Amino acid sequence: MKYIFHANAGHTGGSLSCIDILNVLYNHVMNVSPENFKSPDRDRYIQSKGHSVEALFVVLADKGFYPESDLNTLCKYNSHYIGHPTRKVNGVEQNTGALGHGLPISVGTALAAKLDNRKFRVFTLLGDGELPEGSNWEAALTASHYKLDNLCAIIDHNKLQITGPTAEVCNTEPIDAKFESFGWAVRHLDGHDLNELKETFDGLPFAAGKPNLVIAHTVKGKGVSYMENVIKWHHGVPDEKQYQEALSELDNAMVTIPDDF
Amino acid sequence: MPWSLYLMIFKNKFNIVVGAVTEIEQGKAKANLDVFSSTLQNLAEHDRDIIVVTSDSRGSGKLAPFGEKFPEQIVEVGIAEQNLIGVAAGLASCGKKVFAVSPACFLTARALEQIKNDVAYSDNPVKVIGISAGVSYGALGTTHHSLHDFAVLRAINNIIVVAPADNFETEQAIKLAAKTDQPIYLRFGKKPMPLLKEVNDDVFEFGKGRIITEGNHVAIIATGETVYPALQAAKKLKEQNIAATVISMHTIKPLDTRLLKMAAEKCKAIVTVEEHSIYGGLGEACASWLLQNVFNKEGSESPSFGGVWGGLFKIIAIPDEYTVTGSQQDIFNHYGINEKGIAEQVTKLLKK
Repeated sequence: MKYIFHANAGHTGGSLSCIDILNVLYNHVMNVSPENFKSPDRDRYIQSKGHSVEALFVVLADKGFYPESDLNTLCKYNSHYIGHPTRKVNGVEQNTGALGHGLPISVGTALAAKLDNRKFRVFTLLGDGELPEGSNWEAALTASHYKLDNLCAIIDHNKLQITGPTAEVCNTEPIDAKFESFGWAVRHLDGHDLNELKETFDGLPFAAGKPNLVIAHTVKGKGVSYMENVIKWHHGVPDEKQYQEALSELDNAMVTIPDDF
Repeated sequence: MPWSLYLMIFKNKFNIVVGAVTEIEQGKAKANLDVFSSTLQNLAEHDRDIIVVTSDSRGSGKLAPFGEKFPEQIVEVGIAEQNLIGVAAGLASCGKKVFAVSPACFLTARALEQIKNDVAYSDNPVKVIGISAGVSYGALGTTHHSLHDFAVLRAINNIIVVAPADNFETEQAIKLAAKTDQPIYLRFGKKPMPLLKEVNDDVFEFGKGRIITEGNHVAIIATGETVYPALQAAKKLKEQNIAATVISMHTIKPLDTRLLKMAAEKCKAIVTVEEHSIYGGLGEACASWLLQNVFNKEGSESPSFGGVWGGLFKIIAIPDEYTVTGSQQDIFNHYGINEKGIAEQVTKLLKK
């Protein structure tokens, strides 16, 4: 929130809807760290909904990929910390930002693991609004054709996109039945429930030989009352008063994760 | 600098010397596509990281034997070009040497955003292989022509753009592409292509054009499958006492501007030839460079003034119109991309 406020730019709502998912992935699920980032056996995370980059940047900073103070340059002239993920930033796997790209790249990456008999897993985060991109469905077919059970796609299902409710813009429901018919194993969860996230990811793969889909039901703008489920915060930037209010609400909502999480 | 000196420097700089290819009869000419397929099989024999990704294109890509021989090294994604490139990028990011093969018309239009972002911008060193390029599928119409690929890919950062002319260049380009850790686009057709030189000890390197024959009056700079008709035109022009240099500019980007400059200093006229739209391809790349750079008049045989090249220039390519159909050769004949047409354009230009 701080960096979006100071950059006067950013995708606030979607970053708040997915940050709990990212925290659990990076701090509990995935075998990836600054120390093993060059290892061919590390788990991969590819963010298809690249616009929620602020969430990724703070999680990577927290993980020790770079000092958090680097983010003071967010969206500033010639900074590597731009409005979408790029590999110029330590810890980022792929340059994304155009929608419908993360899943095909993740399929290729998961396939490479299978070809080389490596054990790493590939996680990709999609926005629900990007599901109409046809390339997702091309990749969904390939993933089940090659039985990529080392692939886990997560849909940040906050049910809003820039024009309005996703169901009204282009209804993609039922998402689960569609992916199931494409040969995927699907789970629903509350994308802000850390325990549920942890337990679900611990259960990977959900079914042998099937790619995995987690439909994470989330709230756009989660944690800031006036932002929650309000479309204008897709890429809205708070003013000074709103910013202070948001910080205070987020501070109050902060939970301490037990060591044995 | 004389040509011989240029060639000498060229040979000394790069120590990958290719063995002389001799006495290949024209009747034995193979399609560059066939050479691509056999070269890839030879490479895969010794390298398990060579992976071919196809979109129901193993037949048109002559890759069925590859698939039979190396079933673990071919990935089929079905007719889905965007996915083809995305998957290829993911594989390449894990160290695979990926050849993503599909007709050039679909690959460089439908999957252009994937080439731009997943390959070039993300720096995943995929070898994007555009088969049946240009008007190879001449009779099938504009949907199957790729006359835009040089233009769009030239405008994208971090991708090498190559159109090999003959079997020699194709084999070398594929071998080099396998070793190159930069994204690359290679395009070729399916018609048998005669070797440009019977005896050949050229060194092949991306970004370094090949001098096929030398002459002082005009430089014909061609690429891909138009180099051969350019060479035929040069032979015809010789009968009229016009001495032509013919250059195979197999790499469109990065352009061999050193060779271009030498051609401009040596000859008062330059003609470019390509199987591409007149817009945005080899011709405009050369014209743009020539117009923006200064020339040393000293030792130059071409007319220069005020440092600007003052020579004559003509682009021979497919005009900006509803493209005629027929065989590749029919279309070349229609637009004067043949021995007669190129020779006529040269004589016309030299009369100016």
